[in-house]
Amino acid sequence: MSQSRDKSGGLKLIEIEGGPRTHSGHRGLDHEEPLIFEQGAPESTGVDLPEVGDFTDRLGGLARQGPTGLPGLSEPEVVRHFVRISRDNHAIDMAMYPLGSCTMKHNPRLNEKVARLAGLAEVHPLQPPETAQGALELIDTLAHWLITLTGMPAVAMSPAAGAHGELCGMMCIRAALDARGESRQVVLVPESAHGTNPATAAMCGYRVEAIAADPRGRVDVAALAERLGPDVAGVMLTNPNTCGLFESDIVEIARLVHAAGGYFYCDGANFNAIMGRVRPGDLGIDCMHINLHKTFSTPHGGGGPGSGPVVLSEALAPFAPRPYVIREGDGFRLVESEHDPADDGRAFGRLKGFHGQMGMFIRALTYMMSHGADGLRQAAEDAVLNANYVRAGLEDVMSLPFPGPCMHEVLFDDASLKDTGVTTLDLAKAMIDEGVHPMTMYFPLVVHGAMLIEPTDSESKASLDEFIALMRGLMADAAAGDVDRFEGAPFHAPRRRLDETRAARQPVLRWRPPAPAEAAE
Amino acid sequence: MRYLPHNEGERAAMLAAIGVGGIDDLYVDVPEDVRLDALIDLPAHQGELEVERAIAGLAAKNMSAATSPFFIGAGAYRHHVPASADHLIQRSEFLTAYTPYQPEVSQGTLKALFEFQTQVAMITGMDVANASMYDGATSTAEAVLMAARVTRRKRAVLSGGLHPQYRDVVQTMLRYTEFSADGAAVDFAGDEDLAALIDDDTACVVVQNPDVFGRLRDLSPLAEAAHAKGALLVAVVNEIVSLGAVVPPGDMGADIVAAEGQSLGNPLTFGGPHLGLFACRDKHVRQMPGRLCGETVDAAGRRGFVLTLSTREQHIRREKATSNICTSSGLCGLAFTIHLALLGDVGFRHLARLNHARAVALADRLAALPGVEVVNESFFNEFTLRLSRDAGEVVSALAAAGVLGGVPAARLFPGEAAAANLLILATTETVSDGDVDRLEAGLKEVLS
Repeated sequence: MSQSRDKSGGLKLIEIEGGPRTHSGHRGLDHEEPLIFEQGAPESTGVDLPEVGDFTDRLGGLARQGPTGLPGLSEPEVVRHFVRISRDNHAIDMAMYPLGSCTMKHNPRLNEKVARLAGLAEVHPLQPPETAQGALELIDTLAHWLITLTGMPAVAMSPAAGAHGELCGMMCIRAALDARGESRQVVLVPESAHGTNPATAAMCGYRVEAIAADPRGRVDVAALAERLGPDVAGVMLTNPNTCGLFESDIVEIARLVHAAGGYFYCDGANFNAIMGRVRPGDLGIDCMHINLHKTFSTPHGGGGPGSGPVVLSEALAPFAPRPYVIREGDGFRLVESEHDPADDGRAFGRLKGFHGQMGMFIRALTYMMSHGADGLRQAAEDAVLNANYVRAGLEDVMSLPFPGPCMHEVLFDDASLKDTGVTTLDLAKAMIDEGVHPMTMYFPLVVHGAMLIEPTDSESKASLDEFIALMRGLMADAAAGDVDRFEGAPFHAPRRRLDETRAARQPVLRWRPPAPAEAAE
Repeated sequence: MRYLPHNEGERAAMLAAIGVGGIDDLYVDVPEDVRLDALIDLPAHQGELEVERAIAGLAAKNMSAATSPFFIGAGAYRHHVPASADHLIQRSEFLTAYTPYQPEVSQGTLKALFEFQTQVAMITGMDVANASMYDGATSTAEAVLMAARVTRRKRAVLSGGLHPQYRDVVQTMLRYTEFSADGAAVDFAGDEDLAALIDDDTACVVVQNPDVFGRLRDLSPLAEAAHAKGALLVAVVNEIVSLGAVVPPGDMGADIVAAEGQSLGNPLTFGGPHLGLFACRDKHVRQMPGRLCGETVDAAGRRGFVLTLSTREQHIRREKATSNICTSSGLCGLAFTIHLALLGDVGFRHLARLNHARAVALADRLAALPGVEVVNESFFNEFTLRLSRDAGEVVSALAAAGVLGGVPAARLFPGEAAAANLLILATTETVSDGDVDRLEAGLKEVLS
């Protein structure tokens, strides 16, 4: 309810819903903004460039003939457009974003500031290495932090994101097996794994087989031991796993995999729960990617860029891709090719152009230096504390498939919604109306109607208390049979539910100019 | 620690609410013998001032294009990024949002992606583009894999004018698949005959325009030759600004365009993050890798946008997905979209013409120097010089004189004797007349 004045000057309570239809189509601060292609004029521009005099082109007869079709807008029009559409996004800076497995923690602005220093942002990857010693030192320093935190002997820095890091790690495994003269065909992956794990294994030519989970939500060690054999190249396991649980038998799993001659890939997407508390190197793993955009808070930016360095065991390190940084004399150098005398020819190849996601390296190192060894450990502990606080606050009204302490995220299933007529999806959309971003839903696949909540270390106790209260309220509404507020949700978002089926059946993937007849009207 | 909200009292209250005595009780699943009691041997936390000073110290050890005459390209180009573009991408709503999995509260990101896809399709002359890949090199590798799926063939032919890092990435990504990519010999002379390499098992021909030496070529005859044998043409563009001046690959018969979009909106940052662009024809869209944004309506009938055709992707299809890619280059794509929105058709073509004009003037000036020969007959904003001595030594000498003067071809093609004296030089709108004077003077001195 809100207030307005009645004729006598007093306040009259009114319903918040509805209100008059507006002439503009806007609703107060909520603007209906057209696409850039529906604005401006072809001859307009938002830049001023120096005039170009007449000259004879040297384009080899390939000069562009027609216009591009791009719209022309002035700078104020462009700025207003992007400011307006930005306001239709949920963001960490606005409210809680407990998207499990995605680690939506605070993005410090210092990281953005230093990434824009001209001495870093305006350095070319192919300028002479002697003119880029600071850049190479920064990569080397970050590498030192990563191998120290993980207790692993080496790190490959170039992968551009988590899935790219998985590819790097699995290619190292394939190269190491090839070097041993072995052609193993199978990679074992738990059903709870991120979809990128099986997709990556397939790109390395492996057949993927599922590993069963035990009733505690961990790998069934007996079943794994049974399946391991001379055809198994390796195991890909997320730890802490996607149910938010630490794989308590991980040391034994590593021993079994190695005894069978395979390698152990650890998906490090959830390293943020254990940094400073456990070193993956002490667990017996062979490689693990680290999502700098999750654990070390380089921003997600609406879908990247990420960065996925991979820490490697002694057995896999020789096969890491080029390029890599080495120390030489007082300085640093890049090894970029098999022709370099420092290279022994065992690298499996190159994974991307240039040397890695430097902009993300700068931000991640800034984050790590800001926290220090003490702060990183505290951040892990607070992430775990927060998830367990949410668990404790909700476990009497929501269904916990795997009881007991969790790590940095807590997994619920939809048993508590049974017979209410409300689904996981409905509950997620109702959370939008409550001002928070929904949790990850329907993942992992091992429980029914999964809801994976990751508060992160950035949430205050007050914020968590508010979240627990709103979730309890929604669960009470569901139990009371108030289905309408769920099925219609969200009511208070820039859009109501969107028709995803229509989008897939009749794909419209770009704007096109209106048909000529229509345009002539 | 300024980023962690709890105080000790709150932590204690929360532990009590959970019903445990201490934080260690929440780590009970970690085997005892691997638990760390002591802090890891790394420095302790520091304030903003100290961290900024440390990072700035590293930055100060680099020579920057902001303060040195700068002529380096070879796949990453320094253009002026409008202040408003960099400002807008730092808005919280864009910077601190995730992939738009909940479209009702992600219309800002989704609308920008729809505009991005449309812009990429428009400037490349293609039907449809995805929401971005990691970079131009990985886009190229994904294009080869897609061509193999579309044609059900196993072999790609790579031009000898392809950026060698792109070639290496393609060959690495195919290394453990059933597919292979044969690189033609490095095309120093610009006379390779790729059509002759196409056979009935060729999935695609991959050709870069302008090529790594800066030369332009008409792709149409190659497209015809490929299509005649049932193969696809993959066109690679690593200087996207060139499309403001040059016939787009879509108009020359390309089936897939893989490109690097860094030039618009994004700084060099020592090579990453950059922006992979990927465009194709409508008929192949279901074989495309990566995310796609599509238009739809909401329950109230209003236009809205969602991620779509996700049955191609790893989170649904797992080991049968078209690619393992998940996170791509969202924010770099937003910077690209804002920069291109500011340019518009007029500005984009003007910018390209300006770059080309500068390059023509630079080539003419340097050609007059003794010991310098311009190799290219055609180029956009980058061309190759044949010098009278080793180009690596020349670049080092120029750097010592404060000029970042291009990329020695031998750095890109180590082990190729023919590369020794070749220098690849780029120029853009950011290069001043004074910068050119210093390059000219430096070259004159080094080559005398």
